[in-house]
Amino acid sequence: MIVFHVNGEKRQVDVSPDTPLLWVLRENLGLSGSKFGCGAGLCGACTVHIDGKPERSCITPVGDVQGKKVLTIEGIPENNPIKKAWLSREVSQCGYCQPGQIMSAVALLKKKPKPTDADIDSAMSGNLCRCGTYGRIRHAIHDAAGEWEDNP
Amino acid sequence: MSEVTKINRRQFMKTSAMAGGGLLLACHIPLSRREAFSADGSNFAPNAFLRIGSDDSVTVIVNKSEMGQGVYTSLPMLIAEELCCDWKNVSYQPSPVAPEYNHAQFGPMMVTGGSNSVHSEWERLSLAGAAAREMLIAAAAQQWQVEPFLCRAENGFVYGPGDKKLNFGKLAAKAAKLPVPNKPKLKPGAKNLLGKPLHRLDSPVKINGTAIFGIDVSGPGVLNAVIARPPVFGGKVRSFEAAKALAVPGVKQVVAVDAGVAVVADGFWPALKGRDLLKIVWEEGEGAKVSTAAIREEYAVLAATPGLVARRDGDAPKVLSAVKQRIEADYEVPYLAHAPMEPLNCFVDLKKNSCLIRTGSQSQTADRNAAARVAGLKPEQVTLETTFLGGGFGRRASTGSDFVVEAVQVAKAVRMPVKVIRTREDDMRAGYYRPMWFDRLSACLDNKGMPLAWHHRIVGQSILAGTPFESGMVKGGIDDTSVEGAANMLYAIPNLQVELHSPRNAVPVLWWRSVGHSHTAFVMESFLDELAHAAGKDPYQYRRLLLSKHPRPMKVLETAAKKAGWGKPLRKGHGQGIAVHESFGSFVAQVAEVSLDSKGAIMVHRVVCVIDCGRIVNPDTIKAQMESGITFGLSAALYGAITLKNGRVEQGNFHNYQLVRMEVMPKVEVHIISSVEPPGGVGEPGLPPIAPAVANALFAVSGARVRSLPMTPEKIKAELVRLTDSKKI
Repeated sequence: MIVFHVNGEKRQVDVSPDTPLLWVLRENLGLSGSKFGCGAGLCGACTVHIDGKPERSCITPVGDVQGKKVLTIEGIPENNPIKKAWLSREVSQCGYCQPGQIMSAVALLKKKPKPTDADIDSAMSGNLCRCGTYGRIRHAIHDAAGEWEDNP
Repeated sequence: MSEVTKINRRQFMKTSAMAGGGLLLACHIPLSRREAFSADGSNFAPNAFLRIGSDDSVTVIVNKSEMGQGVYTSLPMLIAEELCCDWKNVSYQPSPVAPEYNHAQFGPMMVTGGSNSVHSEWERLSLAGAAAREMLIAAAAQQWQVEPFLCRAENGFVYGPGDKKLNFGKLAAKAAKLPVPNKPKLKPGAKNLLGKPLHRLDSPVKINGTAIFGIDVSGPGVLNAVIARPPVFGGKVRSFEAAKALAVPGVKQVVAVDAGVAVVADGFWPALKGRDLLKIVWEEGEGAKVSTAAIREEYAVLAATPGLVARRDGDAPKVLSAVKQRIEADYEVPYLAHAPMEPLNCFVDLKKNSCLIRTGSQSQTADRNAAARVAGLKPEQVTLETTFLGGGFGRRASTGSDFVVEAVQVAKAVRMPVKVIRTREDDMRAGYYRPMWFDRLSACLDNKGMPLAWHHRIVGQSILAGTPFESGMVKGGIDDTSVEGAANMLYAIPNLQVELHSPRNAVPVLWWRSVGHSHTAFVMESFLDELAHAAGKDPYQYRRLLLSKHPRPMKVLETAAKKAGWGKPLRKGHGQGIAVHESFGSFVAQVAEVSLDSKGAIMVHRVVCVIDCGRIVNPDTIKAQMESGITFGLSAALYGAITLKNGRVEQGNFHNYQLVRMEVMPKVEVHIISSVEPPGGVGEPGLPPIAPAVANALFAVSGARVRSLPMTPEKIKAELVRLTDSKKI
């Protein structure tokens, strides 16, 4: 039995510990917001926070998160400045990569509330978007950074 | 109005009349298998595209797949504009598969593609909104016992003489009992919604993780399956050993299907673990002999022989054979995978007399019919529900319904609800690529330096040969999608010949965002640049001279040059390239500014993009689609290539099939030309000009003319070395 916290709630699952966290979230816990894109940590669609740090859940064995705190897209409140900026900048197109993009962006602002373009390149270049929303993501992160200090 | 549109207009009215004739309460409109109309008639559904609730809600039933292009907002805007409802009350719902939702131009099928959702639905949805508005007004007029012409609709209310006012919700039940107008009138005057950058209705669910894509479909007892696929195209299973796979906890069954061997488990991970433990002997067959290097050689040989003529103005071969100086070049582009971020997948629940499919399809009618054939059911026994698509780009309009057929086969074998998921490697290696092309061009100039003759020979597979689309879209052996953009070029060249060879091979090919234009624009706009430089002329001015009879491409070209500061001094080491192309009824010009980094790779700093797509619905969506097409095209220009060796696809995931990432994304500026022309497409037209604009900028900054995509540092270096060597000589 593997026990960990997801979005503030204690959860336990009875699965093989080598099962990637992504599939446990999606199939065992019903949290399908984190997406499967590559299965190899190359695209970022599965990004979640583990003890506050952005991680690729598709290559993280669930056994490794025993006792840890996991935050997924479903645990980001509606009034989060990143989410608000994503709406006002109209970032989403197909939307499939956006949960992962948002999790990477939230992690960036937690670490660096006023990121530079270089910070954004470095934090976000692991998240692929086939629709080409990068320009809007950059703007949205800058917008959210303005609000972040008042409302982290 | 085209003949096709006329016919569909009549059909629409017939459907609507049925709706108003009392069938409404009998639930004639197949909204969703889970929903029916309320028996009290509080829902007003004047036609198949619209439902108005007693709570003022306006639900637009959308017959196009949402794959990023924003149809869940743009199509409701068309209806809402004419309905005069309050936009705040508008929501969307994907349509089921039914004749009412067939494409208004492409024939009897529901399909999303060709960048023409807005173009093809504009009239039908505008009329749908107008018909409902007239019925609501008639209902109010009846209630107030006044003439309808004394009433008007605005923002969700009908207003009458004096201060009479009723909201749509209160009128819905009464309106539902009225006849549907035969000829609803579109409202005159200024537009309230069209042309405004309204927010997308589907954004909220796409940022909180609740949007359901095909891969997210689940339910009690739903099994997951992955399929071990042959290593080469056309390969078959000779035998397999499943004992170890079946020993993995969670693995339920291992079954052979046409696509390979499916491992079915209670989760994706055990299915994958089981698949890794399968022992399969494959019958590889001829597919093992396929290699892209050999295909290239074959194409180069073909390019030296005359092909079928797709366009002939004057006599280009004769003119060219008579001149001493010809400009000649070969261009090449590789196979490309669509690589949508959501790998292909399909959920199937097959029962004795019914089949439910939930997937992200762009081609629902064909997929449903294919599923019915495999399941041994009638098409009407198969329900196909369209989820969100995590990218389509043409891949989810599969001419062979491959990802649906294989899932139905698995479901048929296991008799349990099952979802087949492709891994990224499955998705990238199991085929359906943008074809590889080899182009040979030859041209000569007149005494003013302008093109006198242009001869373009195209070699590559037809994506339509052998598909149900062949009879309609391949004429005289020429697949229109192979030559589009080239055979209809607008430049004024007196002697112009375009020829086509369509060799066949085992590599499955399919439409890929912007289809033929993804290749022809690169070739033509690069080669035209070569002619301009050979003539010693500015490439922008050269294009202007050749487009003098075509005001729309001229305007986008001139606007792009102006906005980009064409010809003005740039930063040291930077160069600009320009390209213009017409596709899907729209005209797009782009100026790219590039430099070479320390490793010799192209860095694109800025792209200025100008589009004339005729009348517009949502300018922000147009901008987003231009940004999108540019990014997609840039991945192909800089990185994209699917190659085969011994029949095996050499790429498998994003480490060796790279896409543009944040750190290399240029600044993109989009400008929209104000236009009253018929609406054109936006999903694809942003893509074709980017590769040639970058290639032309590369030439401007380095002198290297790279005629083969992708433009890798190796190819650029080789070209620079060649230039240096030729100078030494």
